[in-house]
Amino acid sequence: MPTVQDYTSVHRPTWCPGCGNYGIWNSLKAALVNQNYELHDVLIVSGIGCGSKLPDYTEANGLMTLHGRPLAVATGCHLANHDLKVVITHGDGDGYSMGGNHFLHTIRRNLDIVDIYQDNKVYGLTKGQYSPTSDKGYKSKTSLGGSIEEAVFPLAVALAAGATFVSRSFAGDTDQLTWLIEQALQHKGYAMIDVFQPCVSFNKINTYQWYQERVYKLQDDPNYDTSNLDLAFQKAREWGDRIPTGIFYQVQRPTYAEQVPTLGKGALVKQGLRNSVPESIKNEFV
Amino acid sequence: MVTNNMTIIIGGDAGQGVESSGAGFCKALARGGLHVYSVQDNRSRIRGGHNFYTIRAQADPIRSWTEPVHLLVALTKESVEIHASKLVKGGAVICDSSLKVEAEPLEQAGIKLINVPLAQLAKDSGGSKVMSNTAALGALAGLTQFPMKYIQSVIHDNFKKKGEKIIDINYKVAQAAYDYVVEHYGRSFEWNLQAVDVEPRMVINGNHAIALGALVGGCNYTSAYPMTPGTSVFEWLTTHADEYGIVSKQMEDEISAICAGIGAAHVGARVIVPTSGGGFSLMVEALGFAGMIEAPIVIVNAQRPGPSTGFATRTEQSDLLFIIYASQGEFPRIVLAPGTTKQCFEAGARAMNLSEKYQTPVIILTDAYLANSFRTVNKSDIDFSSITIDRGEFLTDADLDKLTEKYKRYLITESGISPRAIPGHPKAIFRTTSDEHNEIGEIVEEADIRNRMHTKRMKKLELARQEMRAPDLYGPAQADVTLVCWGSTISEAHEAIHMLNSEKKDAANLLHFVDIWPFPVEKATPFLENAKKRVAVEGNYTAQLAQLIRAETGINMDATILKFDGRPFSPEYIINKLKEVL
Repeated sequence: MPTVQDYTSVHRPTWCPGCGNYGIWNSLKAALVNQNYELHDVLIVSGIGCGSKLPDYTEANGLMTLHGRPLAVATGCHLANHDLKVVITHGDGDGYSMGGNHFLHTIRRNLDIVDIYQDNKVYGLTKGQYSPTSDKGYKSKTSLGGSIEEAVFPLAVALAAGATFVSRSFAGDTDQLTWLIEQALQHKGYAMIDVFQPCVSFNKINTYQWYQERVYKLQDDPNYDTSNLDLAFQKAREWGDRIPTGIFYQVQRPTYAEQVPTLGKGALVKQGLRNSVPESIKNEFV
Repeated sequence: MVTNNMTIIIGGDAGQGVESSGAGFCKALARGGLHVYSVQDNRSRIRGGHNFYTIRAQADPIRSWTEPVHLLVALTKESVEIHASKLVKGGAVICDSSLKVEAEPLEQAGIKLINVPLAQLAKDSGGSKVMSNTAALGALAGLTQFPMKYIQSVIHDNFKKKGEKIIDINYKVAQAAYDYVVEHYGRSFEWNLQAVDVEPRMVINGNHAIALGALVGGCNYTSAYPMTPGTSVFEWLTTHADEYGIVSKQMEDEISAICAGIGAAHVGARVIVPTSGGGFSLMVEALGFAGMIEAPIVIVNAQRPGPSTGFATRTEQSDLLFIIYASQGEFPRIVLAPGTTKQCFEAGARAMNLSEKYQTPVIILTDAYLANSFRTVNKSDIDFSSITIDRGEFLTDADLDKLTEKYKRYLITESGISPRAIPGHPKAIFRTTSDEHNEIGEIVEEADIRNRMHTKRMKKLELARQEMRAPDLYGPAQADVTLVCWGSTISEAHEAIHMLNSEKKDAANLLHFVDIWPFPVEKATPFLENAKKRVAVEGNYTAQLAQLIRAETGINMDATILKFDGRPFSPEYIINKLKEVL
């Protein structure tokens, strides 16, 4: 069985010291190890952005795509080989702005994939513009007087789109995050994890301390019912002094691949290419 | 009497069944052993607006449609007004008596008016007004003396899902109209259609021929967002998905369609992504992504007139230069522009192999006209046995088991092609990125690696160029004029040179390009140099192939014949313009 060290590439991260991405990276590796995934059975698909460099530092199959498009690429990867465990890592700009359309429609499909958002509420790699999750009033290089737009509530959007696993964590709490990723890996269907990822260089508001003072865990309440959609919506919009983390909602529904007749015979690329097409097919044109 | 050489137009409003009647009659003619060649003219709406379907039928193979029309089946009065002037002397108009079309102006032009109470006959035969088009087919057969059994066989196939009763009523409706025409108009019409005893031919359009080629060529994944006129490639493969083990995924937009295709290709599927120019425009960034990560993917762009929405249901050849240069940066791509049904089939299969062999995007460039035009083709010309699946330098599990060193997905090789593994094997764990990368797929910024990696990729373009085929020369080896064209224009240009040469020996020949990019400079140059006068015939404003030829070979055209009104060329149009430009 692989170790965390096996999953760690010799290619070292270029993230800033203290970046929330370290926590996410370490938790992902730990979760994959804990769940006994072999390196070659995992495909990490990312977009473009600081967080999307994660596959470059990880010794597993990796595919770093275009800004905003990893979910669309991952859809094809998964449908052509659903034996690979596809994990997507990308930022809030990538996933909720550029990739907003793919976010909605990937959720609807309930593909059996894990979708991790490295949500730092700012554009880091382009050096400090406001993002779709920046709070209203957030000042940045492109929102000098404070962002005029309302921040998106990504978990609420995911719930509205019909996600079967909706969760949130915080890069400063790798125990919880590792546990959540493991839950997501075990979930049969689309599993979303929005992770608060402090950006030490460009987001001076939503810092480690800011989150630590606010986050609380839904699962600390033994009566929290993860099958209650109305409650999940309510929690997904809870923001301010207290911010919930953990599993907001989870339900089982058939996955997309389970409902594709061709995939009933196993992963597409393992079925081999057809040897021949019968001449009789020409008769449909006669 | 002229037997088995005529052109028919079926015209009416969208929603009246013009398309199904046209397609049905094409099939009936083909079952009767005739060659058919059709052109569809549709407006972009579900109901209303004039649509028409042109069918040329003859016993000998047909190169193209031609302008003179012998028989018009008019389902509306408007269609008489639009098409009557195209009818030859002695031609006829079949229409519903209730339309009250005036006979006199037609008769003055030597055209017969064949009034048939189509709707009434349909009702009297136990059907309803919507079966008027079935009645029209019966009337058409009656006037042309075409055997009813072929009409019946098509009715049977079209309505078999609706049950025996509906089939039977439609038989009766068609027969009633047939009998009515024979009784009231006799055998007076100059043109007739007689069955010929040959092996039945296929009636297939360009999109279906590409899809069939892709299927035989091992395609097992398709994703798309519906866009006219590319959609029927996707629909056909979707229809056959379960039977042939294809994954077909309709996506949320064209960006995701190509991205999902690239993802599937990356993990080892044989992928086709059909679209039209607008959808292709959305795919452009991802096209470069495929080039960068060396993902084999086939895209079909069935062109329509642009810019922007343009004419949604019409045809043009104006994306050629865009397709060749689309996306930022430089990367190898291959562009094929088939023109005949057979070429479409071959391109579908060939593109699959080329994309995997060179690990890069291949684009099949067609247009609305070719995509929708149903034509007969001999079964033997759609030759499955000529297709072999070639995955190029693809490492199997057995190959990978023997690896002793770390697998390098982007190994720098002399040819530029790196042996390709797909994710999932313990000895080939690798990363891939749209960033510039080193041999193992890690992000790098060093100048030296950039130079070597970019050169490696671009070498594939030169390698592919060697495999690109020469243009095809039709007609005499030496002629006064050489028409130069690409894609669907082959049909009308071919017929045009045939017409010109039957008037004057060696008047014209035709140079047609299927393999456009990488441009086969060495193979094409002798043909171009050998031409006395070169005339580019293209469905665009800027003579894009002519520009490309000049850029690649330094050879200029002597003249151009261009058309961008959304309608296909006709041989007559080319001949008339040729007189003007020379």
